[in-house]
Amino acid sequence: MSHATDDPAMVANKAGAGAGTGAAAGYRPERTLRLGVELRRQFKRRRTIGVLVLMAALPLLLIGALQLGGTEEASENTRVNLVDVASSSGLNLTLFTLFATTGFFLVVVFALFFGDTVASEASWGSLRYALATPVPRARLLRQKWLAALILSVGSMVLLVVVSVVAGGIAFGFGDVQTPVGLALDQGTALVRLAGMVGYLAVHLLVVGTLAFWLSTVTDAPLAAVGGAVFTTVVFAVLEQVEQLDGIRDWFPTAFNYAWTDLLQTPVDSGDLFRGVVQGLVYSAVFTALAVRHFARKDVTS
Amino acid sequence: MRTASGPARNGSRSGARLLPAALLALLLTLPLLVGTALPARAAEEVTTTEATVPSGAGADAVELDTTLYLPASATADEPAPAVLLAHGFGGSKESVATDARDLADRGYVVLAWSARGFGASTGQIGLDDPRYEVADVSTLLDVLAERDDVLLDGPGDPRAGIAGASYGGALSLLAAAYDQRVDAIAPQITWNSLTTAFFPDQTGVVADAGTPAAVPRTEDAGVFKRTWAGLFFGTGSVPGDGGLLGGRTGNGTAGSTAPADGAAPADGAAPADGVDPAAVQALTCGRFRADICAAYESAASTGTLTPEVAAVLDRSSPAGVLDRITAPTLLVQGTQDSLFGLGEADANARGIAANGTDVRVVWYSGGHDSSASDRVTTELRDEVADWFDRHLRDGSGADGGFRYPAPTGLAGGLSAQGGSQTVSAAEYPGLDGAAPVERREVELGGDTQPVVTPAGGSPAALSTVPGLGAVSAALGGSTLEIPGQFAAFDSPELTEAVDVVGASTVTLTVAVPAGTATMFAKLYDVAPDGTMTLPSGLVAPLALTGLSAEPTEVPVTLPAIVHRFEVGHTMRVLVSSTDQAYALPADSAVSTVGLAEGATLAVPQVAGEVQATAGSGRWWVLLGVLAGLALLGWLATVLLGRRRRRRVSESAPDGEDVPLRFEGVTKAYSDGFVAVRDLSFEVRRGQVLGLLGPNGAGKTTSLRMLMGLIRPTEGRIEVFGHAAGPGAPVLSRLGSFVEGTGLQPHLSGRDNLTLYWAATGRPLADAHMDEAIEVAGLGAALDKPVRSYSQGMRQRVAIAQAMLGLPDLLVLDEPTNGLDPPQIHAMRDVLRSYAATGRTVIVSSHLLSEIEQTCSHVVVMAKGQKIVQGTVEEIVGTGGAVLIGLADPADTDRAVAVLAGLPGVGEVERTAEGLVVDLGQTGRAAALAALVEAEIGVDQLTPRRRLEDAFLSLVGES
Repeated sequence: MSHATDDPAMVANKAGAGAGTGAAAGYRPERTLRLGVELRRQFKRRRTIGVLVLMAALPLLLIGALQLGGTEEASENTRVNLVDVASSSGLNLTLFTLFATTGFFLVVVFALFFGDTVASEASWGSLRYALATPVPRARLLRQKWLAALILSVGSMVLLVVVSVVAGGIAFGFGDVQTPVGLALDQGTALVRLAGMVGYLAVHLLVVGTLAFWLSTVTDAPLAAVGGAVFTTVVFAVLEQVEQLDGIRDWFPTAFNYAWTDLLQTPVDSGDLFRGVVQGLVYSAVFTALAVRHFARKDVTS
Repeated sequence: MRTASGPARNGSRSGARLLPAALLALLLTLPLLVGTALPARAAEEVTTTEATVPSGAGADAVELDTTLYLPASATADEPAPAVLLAHGFGGSKESVATDARDLADRGYVVLAWSARGFGASTGQIGLDDPRYEVADVSTLLDVLAERDDVLLDGPGDPRAGIAGASYGGALSLLAAAYDQRVDAIAPQITWNSLTTAFFPDQTGVVADAGTPAAVPRTEDAGVFKRTWAGLFFGTGSVPGDGGLLGGRTGNGTAGSTAPADGAAPADGAAPADGVDPAAVQALTCGRFRADICAAYESAASTGTLTPEVAAVLDRSSPAGVLDRITAPTLLVQGTQDSLFGLGEADANARGIAANGTDVRVVWYSGGHDSSASDRVTTELRDEVADWFDRHLRDGSGADGGFRYPAPTGLAGGLSAQGGSQTVSAAEYPGLDGAAPVERREVELGGDTQPVVTPAGGSPAALSTVPGLGAVSAALGGSTLEIPGQFAAFDSPELTEAVDVVGASTVTLTVAVPAGTATMFAKLYDVAPDGTMTLPSGLVAPLALTGLSAEPTEVPVTLPAIVHRFEVGHTMRVLVSSTDQAYALPADSAVSTVGLAEGATLAVPQVAGEVQATAGSGRWWVLLGVLAGLALLGWLATVLLGRRRRRRVSESAPDGEDVPLRFEGVTKAYSDGFVAVRDLSFEVRRGQVLGLLGPNGAGKTTSLRMLMGLIRPTEGRIEVFGHAAGPGAPVLSRLGSFVEGTGLQPHLSGRDNLTLYWAATGRPLADAHMDEAIEVAGLGAALDKPVRSYSQGMRQRVAIAQAMLGLPDLLVLDEPTNGLDPPQIHAMRDVLRSYAATGRTVIVSSHLLSEIEQTCSHVVVMAKGQKIVQGTVEEIVGTGGAVLIGLADPADTDRAVAVLAGLPGVGEVERTAEGLVVDLGQTGRAAALAALVEAEIGVDQLTPRRRLEDAFLSLVGES
């Protein structure tokens, strides 16, 4: 061990440099916990890499499953759904992938990235050092929120891109066949696909921000992620209750499949619009709750 | 001043944080919620009045159960137009309550009533008989005319409209025909002719119609719609639930609340033992009038249309009296309706428009087979209200032209996500001078095929389950056709999508040796994989007569549907001999069915525009709102940031000399526990301060408050003269290690240090990374993941992390826990030399010896309070009291005398261990010399550690 030595005079200089706010030289609140740094921290975690690998692997799994399965059973299924046409082109596979993941898989991914933010720092005990750095609390939340958004949306985009490319290689880069026999040419379909990803990002943000809020409330990441997923599942169950009628349209999970409206021509944007607006409102409310709670919180972890 | 302002500042700080959060939520929520809200409508205060209205005379006198919905805006000074709301078959006035409130909210005086024989109204069901139910409407119009809050067109003539679905729809048509005081009507999913509805025969083509859904009317023979008729009459004769019909109208809510008191003995007939004819009638006919009951029994048992039955049904049908209707009529009909199809509305529209009366037709996705979605129900309410606004008020409310649900390729109106769209055309084709409907010819092919009619009509094809749209939708529109019992004629594979909007026609050739036959014509959608779907589950029954063994040309009108046949699909006309929903001939037969020479399928098509539900405009509005909010948020951040910067710039003048100052700091939790009470102390530059106290003394809480992790409930903490609190920039001069290392287990020690420093955003050169790494002293282990470290290694990395950037104030909580003795020793050196550079170190510990060896100053805490503060020397007791142990206790008295003689020495105390005395200015050496000089044997002379005693007793207590 060596002795940390320094010239006493320099101490005084340093204090002078931070004049005004009393901060140390070189410290600027707006430079703390930059997005790049936060993302670097996240990418050093196996969890992040694991999710991304899973995202890339899922379409490949689906392709494999579709090529294994016999065609006879599929034709017996007269109900209209996207699985019947999943293997007609790469874009179709992508649609099917989205359809299959909207209800639960993507929900978990968003809940994971958002719910893990503050709670995991709290559980490691690193949150207090970040706050004493000091990273202003509002800024800490903002950076964590943005990083979670980038990771979640990035994962979804990865899923879509791998689906389009791998699906294209497996089933051809053809036009989209909708279940009712309607075709969308590739250019239009790609634009619509971008719209779907955008819609899903806004819609899933509700789950994400819910997890984010819970993440500021609890010190256990699992509780935050699980709480958000559980809430989603509960609403999905309630959505099956016919008696609830119009109330269901106000659920945070309402309109989760509205992106399929983008398959129609012309697009009926009624549900999409309401879904986007409702999604934004819910996300804003949950985020505001998170900010409010965290700003007042005594950090004891 | 400082102390006083502390708490107040805390308050304002949390307020300042709360404010943007609340503002954000409010700003984001309000405009967007308004944006999604239903069309804004001034909700009115509506009062309801229940009343029983007598109607009819003699044996047919009844008491009608009514509810009046009176909006606050309708007064004697400003009377409002009225609307009568009639309910569906099996319902009651309660089933239209939602619609009634909606119309009352729009300013109409609404009168809902239970028709005779339903709900709490007395009397028997006359099936919209002009003598009874229709006369009741006139009575109700009289009631309205007497109200001063209802607008009058003349004496006894209220400005009134009638709306209703199904049973109520026909009633509104009949009432408009029989009572000229009716000013506008909006019948929904109702019949034109009950004869045609229950004995349909779609043989032939309505030659001069020109309308899209013109379906032939039954003249003297039809195929009995057995299951529907049974349901219809069953609902009336076994009252109680009635939800089956009432709930499908898309008007009332499912499960209407008709009370069960209308059971068999409604007429006062005592339940008898099966001999009383009145009781028999009550049991078999329920609340139906006897003549209707008899007609049903005749039809149901024979399956044929007799003139007597036809007379009863025609009396209840608007078909014969349409020429009397002068009230503007909005006809709403459903595409999912195997009871009253689109053809019924078409016939009504033609009949009423022939008088020059204003008629508008709207089709929607729903009907007796499938209830409409919430959205469609809302849209229909708006349509009805618009119609009344236009014709009962000032003429406002646009005539929306002809609307129909956008054709989709899905059976049963099932769509992917409720994304139903509406197509709007300027007018209903073929009506009132409008151009006749355009028909597209689709080629058909197929040989003449034999069709077997099985004996007893079984097995029979299954096309639809009447009234249970949900069931057929669950089946995905799939149907059951019996091989050998049908002839099929296919179009070529479609190269472009064909939209069918209305009833297609085709000409067949049929040869039947017996001369008559019952057949069912259908138009199937066949997917490329061979899957057949029957759009809307509709069939066209054909009661064929006058045929022979030679093929005879028979024009046929297929069911009126709205459907898109997609590219690659084929259209298949299928003629079968059976259908489970209809009465079938008992005798077996073999017929042959073929296409007439050059026959094509004439498909009606209506051009129109798909209603974009709101266009792209609102997306721009949304974008604008978001951009505006972002701007507002940015402005708020800038302003708040400026305010905050002013606040954190305030500093005490002696700040640089006092790195840390606690002033009256208290932390009380909401459960009443006080962790720290009124703590005040100062730390000067260059000191190594020990915070000493047993576990639970409040040391860690104090350090957390200093770091801005916990807010003090009272008092003020200053770091270098600046208020310390969450996010205070001055905390950047603080390095800390408090309770747990906070290292990320998956990263190496080096990565932990690097990333920690990166997160501070300060230049890497300021980190003095190498010095910190030397403090950690981990060698090669620094590049292994932290999870493989021992407790001591983690501890050292964490202390190194706290030292990154050589902070001016270093705070360490129990730093030597988990270190081995040589490491503890080295750590002491590090801390002492760190302080020697003019920096300040605060160490907390519960070990006195630890503090004694490391620190220059000490603050002793217990139970959240400061016990004592001073230099270690003061506290440890140098120069103060001493304990003198004598070799021989007998010398005690002499020793006391000697000590008392020394200058400045205080009182001498005798204890079990020896004498305790405060030597004052006399040094210990002088005192010892004096004692030795007096030949008193001194066994020991040690400083008396009062602090330790106090401390230990506190520890013992806690």
